[in-house]
Amino acid sequence: MTAFAPRRLSTTALIHLALAAVLAVGGAAVALDGGNLFATANLVDMLTRTSLTGFLAIGMTLVILCRSLDLSVGYVAALSSLVAATTMDGQAANVPLAVALVLLVSGLVGAANGAIVAFLKVNPFIATLGTGLILKGYLDTEYQGPAGDVPAVFQQFGYTRIAFVPVSALVMLAVAAAAIGFLRSTRTGHHMYAVGGDVDVARMSGIRTTRVLLTAHVLCGMCAGLAGLLLAARFGTGSAEAYTNLYELDAIAAVVLGGTLLLGGKGGVAGTVAGVAILAVLDSVFNVMQIDPFAKDVLRGAVIIAAVALYARRQLDRTARRPRFAATPRRPS
Amino acid sequence: MTRVRALGAALQGAGTVFLLLALTFAAIAVVNPGFFEAPSVMAFLKQAAPLVVLAAGQYFVVVSGNFDLSVGALVGAQVVIAARLIDGVESRTVPVMLVMLAFGIGVGLVNGLITTVLKVQSFITTLGMLLVLYGAIRLWTGGAPTGDLSEAFRTPGRLGITGVPLIGQIPWALLIMLAVGAGAILLMRTRFGRILIASGDNELAARLSGARVDAVRTAAFVLSGISATIAGVLIGGFAGVSAQVGEGLEFTVITAVVLGGVALGGGRGTALAAMAGALAIEALFTLFNQMALPATLRPAVQGAIIIAAVAYAARRRLRPAPQPTAAPS
Amino acid sequence: MTDAPLLAMRGIGKAFLGVPVLAGVDLTVNRGEAHALVGENGAGKSTLMKILAGVHTADAGTIELDGRAASFAHPAAAQRAGIATVFQEFNLLPELTVAENIHLGREPRRRGRIDRRAMNDATAAALADLGFPDLAPTAAVGSLSVAHQQITEIAKALSQGADLICMDEPTAALADAEVALLYRLVERLRERGVAVLYVSHRLREIFDLCERITILKDGRLVDSVATADITPDELVTRMVGRRIEAQFPPPLPGTERGEVRLRIAGGGNDYVDGIDLEVRAGEIVGLAGLQGSGRTEIAEAVFGIAPFTRGTMAVDGRPVRITRPRKAIAAGIALVTEDRKAQGLALRQSVKANARMVLDANARVHSRARLARVDGILSSLDLVARGGDQEVQFLSGGNQQKVVVAKWLAAEPGVIVLDEPTRGIDVGAKHKLYSVIRSLAAEGLAVLLIASELIEVIGLADRIAVLHDGRIAGELPGGATEQEVMAYATGRREGTHQE
Repeated sequence: MTAFAPRRLSTTALIHLALAAVLAVGGAAVALDGGNLFATANLVDMLTRTSLTGFLAIGMTLVILCRSLDLSVGYVAALSSLVAATTMDGQAANVPLAVALVLLVSGLVGAANGAIVAFLKVNPFIATLGTGLILKGYLDTEYQGPAGDVPAVFQQFGYTRIAFVPVSALVMLAVAAAAIGFLRSTRTGHHMYAVGGDVDVARMSGIRTTRVLLTAHVLCGMCAGLAGLLLAARFGTGSAEAYTNLYELDAIAAVVLGGTLLLGGKGGVAGTVAGVAILAVLDSVFNVMQIDPFAKDVLRGAVIIAAVALYARRQLDRTARRPRFAATPRRPS
Repeated sequence: MTRVRALGAALQGAGTVFLLLALTFAAIAVVNPGFFEAPSVMAFLKQAAPLVVLAAGQYFVVVSGNFDLSVGALVGAQVVIAARLIDGVESRTVPVMLVMLAFGIGVGLVNGLITTVLKVQSFITTLGMLLVLYGAIRLWTGGAPTGDLSEAFRTPGRLGITGVPLIGQIPWALLIMLAVGAGAILLMRTRFGRILIASGDNELAARLSGARVDAVRTAAFVLSGISATIAGVLIGGFAGVSAQVGEGLEFTVITAVVLGGVALGGGRGTALAAMAGALAIEALFTLFNQMALPATLRPAVQGAIIIAAVAYAARRRLRPAPQPTAAPS
Repeated sequence: MTDAPLLAMRGIGKAFLGVPVLAGVDLTVNRGEAHALVGENGAGKSTLMKILAGVHTADAGTIELDGRAASFAHPAAAQRAGIATVFQEFNLLPELTVAENIHLGREPRRRGRIDRRAMNDATAAALADLGFPDLAPTAAVGSLSVAHQQITEIAKALSQGADLICMDEPTAALADAEVALLYRLVERLRERGVAVLYVSHRLREIFDLCERITILKDGRLVDSVATADITPDELVTRMVGRRIEAQFPPPLPGTERGEVRLRIAGGGNDYVDGIDLEVRAGEIVGLAGLQGSGRTEIAEAVFGIAPFTRGTMAVDGRPVRITRPRKAIAAGIALVTEDRKAQGLALRQSVKANARMVLDANARVHSRARLARVDGILSSLDLVARGGDQEVQFLSGGNQQKVVVAKWLAAEPGVIVLDEPTRGIDVGAKHKLYSVIRSLAAEGLAVLLIASELIEVIGLADRIAVLHDGRIAGELPGGATEQEVMAYATGRREGTHQE
């Protein structure tokens, strides 16, 4: 038994390669069409698309890693946009308060989700669908139309860019980096892999599993809050209608496309960001080539299924039964 | 004796939903004693029929251990297909219905095969299918539904047998719902049904007993596709054609099935209770109507009740199981 | 440091459902000692170990650690007290690295952040200290061999401050070359003053590694002796001892040996090799062997779960290729699996639904007549249930097993393989199953019986094939002594028995 062979290409590396491939193929396709995918306007378009789904998908990654789910993020984002816009009420001075309030409210919704899942043992699918409906009812009742007023200074968050990079995308990447660091460098973050991987092993190792699950849900809620802030900045007002876009499904799609296992315990935010980017690039390519926007939904559905089928294959290969009476010890691969 | 006991056990397992149903109807009776007259009951059942039919289809998928998130999009697709292909021509009604049936079966088959053969979790498979259907239909129609349904097509969702003594009109939708419901209950008593629920309960034990687990699970998706087709006909006739038909229906129907005590993950619950779950949700909507609750508040109450009901059921299940019978006497 | 032994268990007793499995057992383990716990399956070793691990609590007796009274209400309590148990199923997360697994829940931190370098360095040092400097701390556990996973698990236990490490059949899943690694590890542990409680059937390992041996039989303590004071043959004799006979019903009158119903010639796959076996109508053939010797693997191959890739098989003289369970069932083969809860039953379904599962699932064996007989089969097995609609999960183990047997009998097989049919069931149900097995033979079925309780194989089988390392080491007539069987099973004797 000597040194270990290097591990096979990791899923994260694979998804980043896929992103590069999508960029190359997309760029070539656009070029053949007589356009330039990498023109500033198109780059801006691509990056702008990543930020909103990005926020949601980063939070979603955390809960999915814990073998949970959050179907309420679209509603949380809509609620947050309203909280932000109405609190700001056109006054730049109110921005800090509004941001704090949004993070508080969205974190509380996340905490409610986490508590229902962790303590009441309600299946996360049902639990977060339920809280989503509750929020929907509240939003529909309280807000018939757009409400609040976002001051120009905060609208900058939605529109400013440095060179071709929108500030919102930068913020999203910063949050992603923070999430990567959180998962990698803090105990709670690291324990999310254990909770999602095998909750009994986690508990036997002294991890307080409910607390970890709760944290994941709170952070997921707060990420949806950030998405809500971005919505408010873009629209200049709060909008209850935002939830009709099924953002939660986009986010879940990006997460699994990014290689995070829907059953938890494996994956990460780096993959998720790549997943978000792949979907955004596809959208942009379709946009530039003026292909019917609905074709992108078709392609998106197919891409997600294909990606997960591919991951399932890799997983099966790896867990193939280990011979119990092999003549030679199994070579670690 | 055993029969009574079996009924008792069935009620115990799915007690929550029947309790909820009874409470909701009692509340409706209090708010509007006039509700329990034939015409309004019939109208209620006509409206509830599509969800009950969908619940029957979703039940097969859930009890075998999977999800079908694509049914809402499929219902929408079916309605749009019908309008576009029939385009107001009466004589096309039946052929187009057959095309829809084939389409529903095809979608179920694809869902099933991707889930079982490619080992993609059904959540993802059917989420992908949802996106594909949503996009493909709009791609095909250029964004907004075109064409028109025929009178004959609208009949099942809208009309009924008129002139029945005491009752007045018996809606076709009710009869279809009863037929689908009876079919689902009977199907679960066949070998297929037993193997389906056993596959959801313990896949390995079913496989080792020689069951074709992948085949029955795929068949469950096909049944779900067929139920979405029937629901599409009913909804199309009842509510007409629009781009929004079916949106969000997948979540409502999964909620209904879970409310009926069918465990996500499979192996537990009856078709009857699943359909009762759908009826309970529709009854709740009706109660909200009767109470003149703002339509916008309904989802909130719905969400709270679902969480409460499932948490209640989870608590009951967490309680220590009855002591196993010890050594033989 | 006190003079008291590290662990002293005295007068330990435990009963399940009123059936005593341990009574008055003493076990003393000193610091730095490798101590073997031996006994046949069912002797109470695993129960004793689970009490020590905090999985079960003892009904009677005391446990002392370092002279202080201790009791473990749950596994975490035992762990905190310094007792680590390495079961055959590892408590590891395959997606995490070796270092992450070892430090799970106690990751070293620097300024609030996990200090991966410190974690990896500590792991590397610990592994080097254990004698495995080439096991990379950053390797994913899922990519390791079983032996290296075991080492990781033990390193995890040590880093949690374990003074005593219990190992349950640690070599069962190891290849020969890997066993050497374990030997090395046990030596290192002893040098460090850590005690090892070694549960194994493999005599060679026990004599190679352990200083003392505690022998259990039928839930009682036989003796605790120094390894130097006993020979392997004596050990086997004391393990199996004499037994009350007559607990096995005699063959039913009219049981006749007929044609060969199951024939395996040169059967082999990744797990077993060179299997030649014939079972005639009316015959009960026992498969004996230590855990991991390939007993279950033969059953799985016959039934098509992990098919033979070499050799041929015939049922009733017709050659068959069994590549999956459906084909086995169609050929008239039934398998009562080892783990009834995981493999045999849909626990949330009714007794009746389970009993007819094989008929329901296989059009080729389904018939109305067979379906009509299911109730009769259940009652002939003396099933105790509140009716056919009761969910199987609420039945006792014995009654659950009867449902599994009924499910297979309903299909009227010609060959029935029973893998550990009496594991974990009460005495009454055991005896019922013994007479059921006899009556199956009387009805002309070919019965292949696998049991780790040797006495069952000896008491029931007409012939015994003894497995060692995936091969048939020898064949013995029914009624052979346990010593004879053990001689083949432990690899001390090979070839066909001469009468």
